[in-house]
Amino acid sequence: MTTVAVKPATMAQALTRALRDAMAADPSVHVMGEDVGTLGGVFRITDGLAKEFGEDRCTDTPLAEAGILGTAVGMAMYGLRPVVEMQFDAFAYPAFEQLVSHVAKMRNRTRGRMPLPLTVRIPYGGGIGGVEHHSDASEAYYTATPGLHVVTPATVADAYGLLRAAIASDDPVVFLEPKRLYWSKDSWNPEEPAPVEPIGRAVVRRSGRSATLITYGPSVPVCMEAAEAARAEGWDLEVVDLRSLVPFDDETVCASVRRTGRAVVVHESGGFGGPGGEIAARVTERCFHHLEAPVLRVAGFDVPYPPPMLERHHLPGVDRILDAVGRLQWEAES
Amino acid sequence: MTVMEQRGAYRPTPPPAWQPRTDPAPLLPDAEPYRVLGTEAAGEADPELLRRLYAELVKGRRYNAQATALTKQGRLAVYPSSTGQEACEVAAALVLQEQDWLFPSYRDTLAVVARGVDPVEALTLLRGDWHTGYDPHEHRVAPLSTPLATQLPHAVGLAHAARLKGDDVVALAMVGDGGTSEGDFHEALNFAAVWQAPVVFLVQNNGFAISVPLAKQTAAPSLAHKAVGYGMPGRLVDGNDAAAVHEVLADAVRHARAGGGPTLVEAITYRVEAHTNADDATRYRGDAEVETWRQHDPIALLERELTARGLLDEDGVEAARQDAETMAASLRAHMNQDPALDPMDLFAHVYAEPTPQLLEQRAQLRAELAAEAESEGAQR
Ligand SMILES: Cc1ncc(C[n+]2csc(CCOP(=O)(O)OP(=O)(O)O)c2C)c(N)n1
Repeated sequence: MTTVAVKPATMAQALTRALRDAMAADPSVHVMGEDVGTLGGVFRITDGLAKEFGEDRCTDTPLAEAGILGTAVGMAMYGLRPVVEMQFDAFAYPAFEQLVSHVAKMRNRTRGRMPLPLTVRIPYGGGIGGVEHHSDASEAYYTATPGLHVVTPATVADAYGLLRAAIASDDPVVFLEPKRLYWSKDSWNPEEPAPVEPIGRAVVRRSGRSATLITYGPSVPVCMEAAEAARAEGWDLEVVDLRSLVPFDDETVCASVRRTGRAVVVHESGGFGGPGGEIAARVTERCFHHLEAPVLRVAGFDVPYPPPMLERHHLPGVDRILDAVGRLQWEAES
Repeated sequence: MTVMEQRGAYRPTPPPAWQPRTDPAPLLPDAEPYRVLGTEAAGEADPELLRRLYAELVKGRRYNAQATALTKQGRLAVYPSSTGQEACEVAAALVLQEQDWLFPSYRDTLAVVARGVDPVEALTLLRGDWHTGYDPHEHRVAPLSTPLATQLPHAVGLAHAARLKGDDVVALAMVGDGGTSEGDFHEALNFAAVWQAPVVFLVQNNGFAISVPLAKQTAAPSLAHKAVGYGMPGRLVDGNDAAAVHEVLADAVRHARAGGGPTLVEAITYRVEAHTNADDATRYRGDAEVETWRQHDPIALLERELTARGLLDEDGVEAARQDAETMAASLRAHMNQDPALDPMDLFAHVYAEPTPQLLEQRAQLRAELAAEAESEGAQR
């Protein structure tokens, strides 16, 4: 068997490659946003695209998020496949009305006659030492909006595969990019990149028997680290990477929890109204008789995102995850 | 060298980065709303066009009356009437070619009907059996937009996309005076001008946003003046002068089609009825004001012109009236039928493929409906 050179690549590189491949494969794919052209985006995800495909395909727009998304809606109405870049999580909020009232609803309001195949890429989450308005875990706004798909990669390969799938989707996809993983490296074979399909399947990142950590995006590596550390305590943790919040993969999640009997949901988003509440409820409703303990959540605190020098106290970390695992009523075991 | 010594040599220059950009003078609107009817310009208007406009206006007025009546009979959930604004509604539809796109607001069902959409389908939103009753692609009419001004960036994006593809398409987007205060109005006009998109923005300044008069909405010299700040021409027109509205919009469409970019048109008109059938206009305006506008009625203005020029006689008036009655009777008959409803439609078009979660919820509703049917059967 020949082994292909599998080189380390960053998530940022995989995302750029996904955009490039999508644009090369389909002339209706248009990238648009603030600074995405000449500069290549503040995170350089669109690096080189304007040069390769021209400024009509990778466009520096005026600085107005509602206008960017609103015009993208019109472009999608005319048969293009816009890929919009929002510069940061908190700067996507001006586009919220367009997203909720039009992007999410257009297929439904027109009885399927006017679907909007567009992708909204949003760098999200903390951990990069950003000053205020640069670190919001904003996913719950989007998961609370019917009509949107909400996906978020945690690995280099998934970054490529999910973005290709998002752009190919005939539904609008909010593509949340964990910005602190942009520079994370993975061995990845760029010779055989493949879309992740269908959107909506979770993956078991690490098998274990003791308990399941249910997580996504920026918290996946943290959970992997916690699972390693937990071995010292005698726990063999399973880690489920959701990859897609909407649609939600009840099947994979529940299969894991039924095996382990215990679960902790981990995310940066605040606990109150965050996805973890929904996930805990779904797991409880479906796996009640398999559960040895209540489903716990390790979430960001219900506070405005803290200043960078305090963010480590806010973000779910290994210790907080292990504490939660410790509270999963192990006494009953012995 | 002292400052005083330098003085002789000092030549003030503009800041280095400054360059004169767009000359504002040609973008400025006329001092007064442009008019055709009753002026010399009327002599140049195409008689056929005037007669067509007249027939459409009369039909439009009847359509508004019929739709309002349907709210009283419980056949429409709500109706925002365009009575008094028919000249704008009709002209907006008539200036467009087959391949062009119309972006209407909730008040513009008349424009949608004048574009050729079945009135029942145009009124689906306001009847309440679905949100959009027509196929937007079939008629190139975007769904009626209720969130104010949000349809404007769509028009810009669509026109921009068409231009990128090399297609000959102009988008005409409609908005009210209140809607011009929204951020999306600003963003849409800015994008349109920067991209030189083939778009025409038609603001119907009907005096009110529900109860709020224009004076509380803006301090601009006119809404048309706002165009200048974006670098596009602004045109001010008498919105009750159908010939003038048609001419100004047709000019703007032609300009856009020729690659000249967007235009902002402000049509001065008046919302003769309350905001909707659910509104009480007596709380914020007096009858006297309404009466002055009734004296400047779009149909009367056009009828006077046509009659004076011998282009319309009593038979012509009667024929237009008959035509309108036929339309109203048909609308009544159709709207008096209960729409077919299928509760399962709730789940039909949320996504291309329903999510597992929606499949579960669909099954739940189906079971509820079955149980309901069974208990109704048992009661019988
Ligand atoms: C974003 C938004 N805010 C508020 C409303 C509620 N609303 C509906 S119509 C209206 C007044 C709009 O006035 P104008 O733009 O002048 O249009 P007109 O109704 O006079 O045609 C308001 C406030 C809305 N539809 N959308």
